[in-house]
Amino acid sequence: MSSDQGQTNWPLQMEKIRDARDEAAFAAVFAHFAPRVKAFLMRSGTDAAMAEECMQDVMATVWHKAHLFDPSRATLSTWIFTIARNRKTDMLRRDRRPEPEDLTWGPEAEAPQEDVIALQQETTKLGQALAMLPAKQRDLIEKAYFGDLSHSEIAAETGLPLGTIKSRIRMALDRLRHAMG
Amino acid sequence: MTDIKHHLTDSLLMAYSAGTLPEAFNLAVAAHVSLCADCRATLEGFDAVGGALLDEAREPLADDSLAKTMALIGQGAPAVRQIRVDPVLPGPVADYVGGGIEAVRWRPAGIGVRQAILPTSSSATARLLHIKAGVAVPDHGHRGTELTLVLQGAFSDEDGHFKRGDIEVATEAVEHTPIADTGDDCICLAVTDAPLRFKSLIPRLAQPLFRI
Repeated sequence: MSSDQGQTNWPLQMEKIRDARDEAAFAAVFAHFAPRVKAFLMRSGTDAAMAEECMQDVMATVWHKAHLFDPSRATLSTWIFTIARNRKTDMLRRDRRPEPEDLTWGPEAEAPQEDVIALQQETTKLGQALAMLPAKQRDLIEKAYFGDLSHSEIAAETGLPLGTIKSRIRMALDRLRHAMG
Repeated sequence: MTDIKHHLTDSLLMAYSAGTLPEAFNLAVAAHVSLCADCRATLEGFDAVGGALLDEAREPLADDSLAKTMALIGQGAPAVRQIRVDPVLPGPVADYVGGGIEAVRWRPAGIGVRQAILPTSSSATARLLHIKAGVAVPDHGHRGTELTLVLQGAFSDEDGHFKRGDIEVATEAVEHTPIADTGDDCICLAVTDAPLRFKSLIPRLAQPLFRI
């Protein structure tokens, strides 16, 4: 996972999709993420045919909403996860999924490059920490996200280093607020 | 926006990120996060956990996957919902009301209290409460978990003083009698799990399960 993140500059690919409607850039994003989105949906309990259809819908949303991707607040994996999760809610429950007001309107605030890189690094660390958790704890977190576990069964300590990521995201939010201010 | 004192629990934020909460609870979380940068940062941290899980597994695609997706893209973007800007109702709540605070259709709910039920799935109930300044709401005996987000004015109860943006997470064990401050009428978004359903799940969600 970390090697993939290291090899491809996803924020740059997303910029090309956003600014130039670049189909080659989209094909690269698709090749990497579409199989992951499909696997995520199948782990959440959908069959292969439905997961395939739903995944195409998710990836089309990635294209259409490319302008909403903010690499100083989320890596591309994180952002695509939120789209897939929302689509899953629509599909499996037929509920609406209320979303917080988006902060990306107002004067465009281009994220400083070092913030983007720092968030990528923090997220890579988080992924590594997740992979290194004791099997039992890891299993519980997976089940919480794939929806077949009552949350009372989750241990009190996840051991995940969310603190640094949170302060990183908090900084990005403050930057946006100032830009809107 | 900066002096919110009462926040969501990490377990509620994680369940929202994972997408496992009932719709009405999703609405309360989305509304609070719209007003609270701290909880938004925590939520986006939990989203990063979801992103890390997404990275892990792959499934082979159908042969014509990319071509079909490009065809789907060619059909054009779905209509973007207009963002409603309202001084009282955060965006997600205004969406459910179908307009700003003046569009709410209030119904009497006791002396000095009016309410409006919002249309969510039946697994939990979301309603707006309008409490006249200075009025006490008798303990309404919720059986499971109740989230109360202040949108205008303020109220106090045994747990403290709650102003705009503050959210009270009350479990079954909490006996409380909220009293609206004098001055402004108090408007809240109150969410409860329906009796008998989610009864065992939600009270546990309200516990601070994750220490970060």
